[in-house]
Amino acid sequence: MVVSKEEIWNYLSQIPDPDIPVISITDLGLVRDVEVSNSKVTVSVTPSYSGCPAMQLFKADIVSTLKTKGLNDVEVKTVYSPSWTTDWISDEAKEKMRKHGIAPPEKVSSEKSALFSESKKEIHCPWCGSKETQHTSQFGSTPCKALWFCNSCHQPFEYFKCI
Amino acid sequence: MSTMNTKEALYNFCLRLGDNNLILGQRLAEWCSNGPILEEDLAMTNLSLDHFGQAEFMYEYAAELEGKNRTADDIAYLRNERGYFNSLITEQPNGDFAFTMMKQLLYSTFAKYLYETLSASSDKRLSELAARALKEIKYHLRHSSEWVIRLGNGTEESRIRAQQALNELWWYTADMFVVNETDKELIKAQIITDLSGLYPKWKSSVEETLKLANLTIPAHGHMYKGGYDGNHTEHLGHILCELQYLQRAYPGAKW
Repeated sequence: MVVSKEEIWNYLSQIPDPDIPVISITDLGLVRDVEVSNSKVTVSVTPSYSGCPAMQLFKADIVSTLKTKGLNDVEVKTVYSPSWTTDWISDEAKEKMRKHGIAPPEKVSSEKSALFSESKKEIHCPWCGSKETQHTSQFGSTPCKALWFCNSCHQPFEYFKCI
Repeated sequence: MSTMNTKEALYNFCLRLGDNNLILGQRLAEWCSNGPILEEDLAMTNLSLDHFGQAEFMYEYAAELEGKNRTADDIAYLRNERGYFNSLITEQPNGDFAFTMMKQLLYSTFAKYLYETLSASSDKRLSELAARALKEIKYHLRHSSEWVIRLGNGTEESRIRAQQALNELWWYTADMFVVNETDKELIKAQIITDLSGLYPKWKSSVEETLKLANLTIPAHGHMYKGGYDGNHTEHLGHILCELQYLQRAYPGAKW
């Protein structure tokens, strides 16, 4: 069976991120490369965070999704360089995140000084849009998110950390 | 007279990097459901996950270098204390929250400079892994620095506890900068630089944070060393009992 790279990318773009199912693993920039040689498919992925437990899940999802498309010879490789950055998240995916109640990362991930910088950022509440928000904790329900609170609508929300 | 070749030295060095992460990650995981507040419970287990992830990729590289078809899990679960090359500070018990945050500050500051240096290593894989780990260690350092400053300037109780933590942990810090046979071989092969050279940068960074925290480095005492050569404090064996129990009791068991 002959399959093009584009078709594979298309299949992969339908695999949801296990932690934030409204966006796909390609939206997040976790799939770095696809190679097709004869009937063998090699997909290179990179972790968002070193210990992200979702990685095991989506690697298995890649194999099982491609299997349903008749592709049985699939290798999923992990690559570490260049290191994943939130800059690879598409604008469309950021908008989906916001609608899902997660404040998306700021546009450019910049070098941050060691102390207190994260809490000084201006993050808009994904629920009401207010900028009267405050940083509660650098760590949230998954490695990629921080906890924030909106002082206007009094709702807690998560912010996708930028790295 | 060392008989270690470059590949063996690099293997040992990867074990050292992996072991630091695995043991510190295990210590942080002990806080799961025991954190002083929910946010910090989540924070410490998040830090732990990063360390486990970093340990895994260091061990994967070690396994490849060794070429005996072992996995990262085999390396993590099937060695005894003397085969672990983590720094002594990573195996120290958590103590109270101030003690853990002080331990994190002292270690993360070291790890930040270490990964910065290694990300310029001539060994491509090592430099890639270090660059990956550096991104995470930076926010680990931010977290512990903020807490040490907050505790040092908090109540009398929190200040005393933070100072006591520093008084106890300080004597394990020189161990992180020990240069052993592994280092010497890798320096000769121009894969790493002399890492004892990181000490002045580490010291001034730590001093800066401790000054903001109003805490004082203790003046006299004995520096404990030996982790990189597999000479550990009594705590490591107890950690391994818990960490390795399942694989020792049920060899090959899979998740």
